[in-house]
Amino acid sequence: MSTPFYVSPQQAMADRAEYARKGIARGRSLVVLQYADGIVFVGENPSRALHKFSEIYDRIGFAAAGKYNEYENLRIGGVRYADLRGYTYDRDDVTARGLANVYAQTLGTIFSSAAEKPYEVELVVAEVGSEPEGDQIYRLPHDGSIVDEHGSVAVGGNSEQISSFLDQRHRDGMTLAEALKLAVQALSREPGGGEREIPAERLEVAVLDRTRPQQRKFKRIVGRQLARLLETESAASTPTDAPSDAEDSDSSGADTGSASGSTEETGK
Amino acid sequence: MDFLSDQSPEMLPGNRSLPPLQGAIEAPHGTTIVAASFPGGVVLAGDRRATMGNMIAQRDIEKVFPADEYSAVGIAGTAGLAVEMVKLFQLELEHFEKVEGAQLSLEGKANRLSTMIRSNLAMAMQGLAVVPLFAGYDIDRDKGRIFSYDVTGGRSEETGYAATGSGSIFARGSMKKLYREDLTQEQALTLVVQALYDAADDDSATGGPDVARRIYPIVTVITDEGFRRLTDQESSEIARSILERRLEQPDGPRAALL
Repeated sequence: MSTPFYVSPQQAMADRAEYARKGIARGRSLVVLQYADGIVFVGENPSRALHKFSEIYDRIGFAAAGKYNEYENLRIGGVRYADLRGYTYDRDDVTARGLANVYAQTLGTIFSSAAEKPYEVELVVAEVGSEPEGDQIYRLPHDGSIVDEHGSVAVGGNSEQISSFLDQRHRDGMTLAEALKLAVQALSREPGGGEREIPAERLEVAVLDRTRPQQRKFKRIVGRQLARLLETESAASTPTDAPSDAEDSDSSGADTGSASGSTEETGK
Repeated sequence: MDFLSDQSPEMLPGNRSLPPLQGAIEAPHGTTIVAASFPGGVVLAGDRRATMGNMIAQRDIEKVFPADEYSAVGIAGTAGLAVEMVKLFQLELEHFEKVEGAQLSLEGKANRLSTMIRSNLAMAMQGLAVVPLFAGYDIDRDKGRIFSYDVTGGRSEETGYAATGSGSIFARGSMKKLYREDLTQEQALTLVVQALYDAADDDSATGGPDVARRIYPIVTVITDEGFRRLTDQESSEIARSILERRLEQPDGPRAALL
């Protein structure tokens, strides 16, 4: 019988983290931003049926990067948790903080259990408040830690570069069109420093809109509405005095918007 | 639902053990619910009274609830059980929608409610029946539809109009004479309030419009734009205009003899 090799716990954890990070990096990035009336989720997603963003409860939305089957599992778990809690107590007793804690427990347990492979997912749980100050955004990396984020957050493959780009440019009180434009700009940056165009058909956009009269604030933005928002962005982008290095990306982002907008119009 | 029954079955209606029965249980009962369809949608309305035996248990109970964006349910029968059943029904529809990413069909919703009523059969046999009326806008067929139920969960689709609860006999008679297929939305709203007035006129367990306390029927309308509950202002206007006419003609509008 052979004696198993000794692997230090540090090494084992580092290997698992590396494995999970690589899995997440294969997926496309997505961003979550606060804007004046709520929180917007923007990502590149060629599929219209397999969503990266979804509704968990009245004011809570969910975004995930990584392996679809794993985050879908977590999403359904989250919906169950929220619905059971809301039914048992009251709709107000379902909070993003509680949900983020449950996710952190799940991810953390699986990450540190030697028998299972770690989840290759990175989650964002966001809750929109009745005022901008009440907005909460939690980022949950693969290892089960929780990061309380403000303003903007990016997860997925190229997330570090994207979030530093967003941190520099995001400000409080942006309109939805402005926030969307910034998000598309951020997502279209290549790791090498180049740019590429993301057509509107490949964008998945959803909002948690605090001004929605319904109890459920989550809404997907698709089709004409998305095209319209991307178009207002191109009209609004002309007078903005953005930093000089962002000037190029501004115009390219605007082109993407107006081009896709017009195809949408002619298509109808 | 399955998850709930695995995790905490005692939360589900029908899973509680009952104490040995000593005579009929006295619990508040909700009374009359009426619904009528019109081209482009359906209206669902209910009076505001809950009774316990010969007593009025509550004057301003709410018995019509949105089930989801395109459907609503009105409840007659044991109020406590019925409200809980609606809560669970709402939860199930929302849960399905979130997990599957699509709404249940109207038919599917109606069937689900049928199963829930049937699971309450044991309680119904002890006098704690729940008999709802379900109405919704069918997006696939572009029309409003009404489903009525019996205590065993038997489901039947109604054409035109329907009523449930103790005053339903009088409400149905009233609508039978006043209903037409080409009603506008405003006329349909007036029709259901007329029917509730007639039910309250002859059934002691159904409450009429209470002008002194400003308690008016709950009136809801579901169209392709979704569920909408009339504001107190709107429903009081309908009730007051009916009341005014009834001061001259207490039995309400007369249908043609032939």
